[in-house]
Amino acid sequence: MEVLKIATAGSVDDGKSTLIGRLLYDTKSLTDDKLEAIERTSKQKGYDYLDFSLATDGLVAEREQGITIDVAHIYFSTASKSYIIADTPGHVEYTRNMVTGASTSQAAIILIDARKGVIEQTNRHFFINNLLRIKDVIVAINKMDLVDFSEDAFNDIKADFEELMDKRDYQDQKITFIPVSALKGDNVVNRSQSMDWYKGQTLLEHLEELDLQDIYNVGTPRFPVQYVIRPKTEEFHDFRGFAGKVYGGELSVGDEVVVLPSMTRSKIKAIYFYDTEYQTAPRRSSVTITLEDEVNVSRGDMLVKVGDLPIVDKQLTATISWMDSNQLTVGGKYVLQHGVNKALAKVDAIDHKIHPDYSGIEENVSSLNMNDIAKVRLRLNKPIFYDRFKEHRTNGSFIIIDSRTNHTAGVGFIE
Amino acid sequence: MSTLAEEIKNPLTLTDAERPNANALEHEAIYILREVAAQFEKPVLLFSGGKDSITLVRLAQKAFWPAKIPFPLMHIDTGHNFPETIEFRDKLVEELGVELIVRNVQDSIDQGKVVEETGKYASRNMLQTTTLLDAIEEFKFDACIGGARRDEEKARAKERIFSVRDDFGQWDEKNQRPELFDMLNGQIEMGQNVRVFPISNWTELDVWSYIQKENIEIPSIYFAHKRNTFLRDGLIWSAEDGVVFRAEDEKVEERIVRFRTVGDMSCTAAVESYADTIDKVVSEIRDSKISERGARIDDKRSEAAMEKRKQQGYF
Repeated sequence: MEVLKIATAGSVDDGKSTLIGRLLYDTKSLTDDKLEAIERTSKQKGYDYLDFSLATDGLVAEREQGITIDVAHIYFSTASKSYIIADTPGHVEYTRNMVTGASTSQAAIILIDARKGVIEQTNRHFFINNLLRIKDVIVAINKMDLVDFSEDAFNDIKADFEELMDKRDYQDQKITFIPVSALKGDNVVNRSQSMDWYKGQTLLEHLEELDLQDIYNVGTPRFPVQYVIRPKTEEFHDFRGFAGKVYGGELSVGDEVVVLPSMTRSKIKAIYFYDTEYQTAPRRSSVTITLEDEVNVSRGDMLVKVGDLPIVDKQLTATISWMDSNQLTVGGKYVLQHGVNKALAKVDAIDHKIHPDYSGIEENVSSLNMNDIAKVRLRLNKPIFYDRFKEHRTNGSFIIIDSRTNHTAGVGFIE
Repeated sequence: MSTLAEEIKNPLTLTDAERPNANALEHEAIYILREVAAQFEKPVLLFSGGKDSITLVRLAQKAFWPAKIPFPLMHIDTGHNFPETIEFRDKLVEELGVELIVRNVQDSIDQGKVVEETGKYASRNMLQTTTLLDAIEEFKFDACIGGARRDEEKARAKERIFSVRDDFGQWDEKNQRPELFDMLNGQIEMGQNVRVFPISNWTELDVWSYIQKENIEIPSIYFAHKRNTFLRDGLIWSAEDGVVFRAEDEKVEERIVRFRTVGDMSCTAAVESYADTIDKVVSEIRDSKISERGARIDDKRSEAAMEKRKQQGYF
């Protein structure tokens, strides 16, 4: 069965939790005891309908404030796919959670309240999904029941959204507009009886048809070495296996490879998954590779195919999304974690910062606050082996760790 | 290329056209376990004898083969375990040739660090936390691998894969590290430790399907068997071994039951079931309408039960 991970984004009160609850309810994914809890609590609160948002809003603080404050993961499945929804909050101060949710998702749902239309936050959600190059974005225009299921209202919002699209970098993004009422259940799983003018798919129909093959990004194979396996037993006396996950493309026995950073060449001798040998390791498989020659390989090194070298450099420019309460400052020193490799990084310059309303850029910036997004130049203490983010999602991204707090303070997408 | 290599087909089915659920999750879990071995000095795998921790052990075997699992297993023993679980645990450890550490809640009680609960709902489940935190300090473990899954419970849905705990074992849910792409940040200060959840993204059905596919042995109490039981609050409790408090008016009856989780006996209810093989269990779970933790009384204490326990350092 296929697993599809979806990031959701929406502002406070535009009904995101209700939409997810509705998906769970209409796909019969809520268990009896959970359904009972929802019915009981809805009744206690005096609602005359079921409050599906109770199915997802987890933490006590959230129930008190009635909002979602962190990334939560929700699971459901249909006959053809398993779904993981990364439910991320939409309010201004939590851009970082949205970036986090989007980084591991293959599709995104952006919610718009039909009464409010495209607002600043819609712009923010779309900007982030575009920055992270999420291939499939579904714009769910919700609360259609409160605008009399009007086709004009839907078309106006769609036109406003399309204006945003023109300004974005990643133009190949696929965007689908769906008019829904999460509360009443229109066009979420079941077709609406009130919007005959809408001929498209329901939200679930659309998700069911997404072609995952198309979604997972393809590039050249990269094999960052996580761990060296040396059993030192009599049976496997000379075994030196390089454990890691294959990204971007597949690797096969016999492939000529280069080990970075030493630039040593060798050939793949064997590929193991547990105690079985395989001819080929496909993308995203966690395998153990042995080489024909005795070469020195350790954690953080990378195997790539001869002729497919990444960029090897100590300097890089990246779009950084800052996630920490301590500012990023020009001249500041951090730990940069690129996959499983680490280097020390110094901030050389901040070229510009994206204006908070995404209307343009601000220059002459010397520091970044939490939720800022900016183009930053970094200098490292040693070369790393990277690709551009638009060519390689995994090998083109890194995190920044503040060594004073050990927090993950930011994420970067390499230009 | 050798003929042997040509003979080897490519049964790793993680291709784009066919991406089996359990497989993608398996590769993710192995990646996480390898990160633990690489990033930490003294990791430990928390082993309860339940299906989730048994699954973790299998994943760890796969992650490091042909080497042995490079960390010990640790069991926090409430003293109220199903005897079948303990037997199973000892056999498994012997087969794997790994070190097993056992720390007992009874010792924490005897040392006066915790006080045993009394009454109808008495359980040692909460008391485990103290014993666990003491053991982490005793052995200076910097990473504890656990079998928790995000689908189990609402507060767990927010848990990170690498979840940092302070000196007191506390979880600060408002100040969690963001986890981006595959990158796991295991940098910590002295005294802190990280709880690691490699099967975070698995559902109960994923675990059972994996056990089925891999033909993994699990304790017999997971399968339907005859047991003396009594009913309370609509749940079925074991009347054997004298661990669960039973009032005189709670009538003992023999039922055919199995357990969906094997926590402390005092807080783990049985379900009526005829599923006596792994295939039957998998189809039962597939059709099931009661979520797994519905049979755990410790979560029913209050709506925020799990979140409160986690803040205090529970698994």
